[in-house]
Amino acid sequence: MAQSVIEVPSKGGFSFDLCVRNDMLAKKGVQLPSYRKTGTTIVGLVYKDGVVLGADTRATEGSIVCDKNCEKIHYMAPNIYCCGAGTAADTEAVTDMVSSQLNLHRYATGRQSRVVTALTLLKTHLFSYQGQVSAALVLGGVDVTGPHLHTIYPHGSTDSLPYATMGSGSLAAMAMFESQYREGMTREEGIHLVSEAIRSGIFNDLGSGSNVDVCVITKDGTEYLRNHMLPNPRTYVSTRGFSFAKGQTEVLSTKIKQLKEKVVEVAVEGADAMEE
Amino acid sequence: MAHKQQRFDPYDMNGGTCVAIAGADYCVIAADTRMSTGYSILTRDYSKLCKLADKCIMASGGFQADVKALQKALSAKHLIYQHQHGKQVSCPAMGQLLSNTLYYKRFFPYYAFNVLGGLDNEGKGCVYTYDAVGSYERVGYSAQGSGSTLIMPVLDNQLKSPSPLLLPAVDAVTPLLEAEAIDLVKDVFASATERDIYTGDRLEIMVVNAAGTRTEYVELRKD
Repeated sequence: MAQSVIEVPSKGGFSFDLCVRNDMLAKKGVQLPSYRKTGTTIVGLVYKDGVVLGADTRATEGSIVCDKNCEKIHYMAPNIYCCGAGTAADTEAVTDMVSSQLNLHRYATGRQSRVVTALTLLKTHLFSYQGQVSAALVLGGVDVTGPHLHTIYPHGSTDSLPYATMGSGSLAAMAMFESQYREGMTREEGIHLVSEAIRSGIFNDLGSGSNVDVCVITKDGTEYLRNHMLPNPRTYVSTRGFSFAKGQTEVLSTKIKQLKEKVVEVAVEGADAMEE
Repeated sequence: MAHKQQRFDPYDMNGGTCVAIAGADYCVIAADTRMSTGYSILTRDYSKLCKLADKCIMASGGFQADVKALQKALSAKHLIYQHQHGKQVSCPAMGQLLSNTLYYKRFFPYYAFNVLGGLDNEGKGCVYTYDAVGSYERVGYSAQGSGSTLIMPVLDNQLKSPSPLLLPAVDAVTPLLEAEAIDLVKDVFASATERDIYTGDRLEIMVVNAAGTRTEYVELRKD
């Protein structure tokens, strides 16, 4: 039986056309560009009437901080939010995509989104890309079945937990949770413990830094506390200020080349109307 | 499939940033006090400055075990020099000695990025800047270590020094007053700390002038 190869146009998803070429270049020693990683601390916990999520606000590219105040708590639905760690583009794209699917699902059903729906959409997507989509997530929300908190790993495995941490600062943050978490905490206690966990990541993990973002979700609504804490103000500002004198780059030689006249002026009758 | 063998890797990178600025009659040498590895902070209070002689201070970033070995080697050489000659090594002599010490280990280098600052024989500020294998140059100012790429362009802009190729030679020292240079150092470190994850915690500044040396500290961001 003759096998015919037919070029079928892609039905969406990622294009892997350049993978073979990139492998070949990598073998020849070409350095591929690095991605913006949110080497991060993200956390969440379940308290008496809902869920508290927390995140730091540093985004890094290698050892350089490329964003000092980025947002890592992403909107999924009015009653569901998701913290993202890993490659910034992946966490953003994957949460946006699922958020849109949830929105369409709400239009179709006329009901509030459930956290398990978001969880399933996220994990099936991540699993189908075998960990290449590097997003490590903490998903939290309150739906008709109560408060829920989940962690999702880049390969698609998930956990359901009363308290969870992710990212490079996860150990520092988990240390706070393991020593201070109790069941049935109040809202204030929940926010306080989440903030302390994020601060632990900010100060002890170099991949995390700057400010503390918090998001509180209850059955009655969501409160996004952007920059809940600002524990890292600039430490010193020059009293003299700075002036930037011209000519810091030395001019070694100057040459001015006259352009050849290419435009010829032609007098047109009645052109006076255009003047002034 | 070729079997990948586990190789012995004797180096680590402990981060840190060093700056030195020479003036007409002073020298400012500064470094942060954070020591780190990977994404972890090992300590927030580790001095990268080493007073090698009365008017000669070395600031070093890189691999702290190698830095420590280098400091011990130079201090030992300085002690012998003092016994033999009954005087302190001058800063330009220590500059040459540091270069030789680094080049001696050309094929198994000290993983250390140094700036040497102090006063020369005429009492003028001097700064020597190095790579890990001993290439060195006398300059008016320099930055070394993890945050050097953030700081050096600012110093170039604020303290533009004459070309070292000019004839007759022009002095490389900066026109700033001592207090102004210290202010600039504090500011560039606060800025580097904002963007370099390996710089932070505390800034240690040593000032060398005719009166001797003094040290001051400024707090930096701790995240």
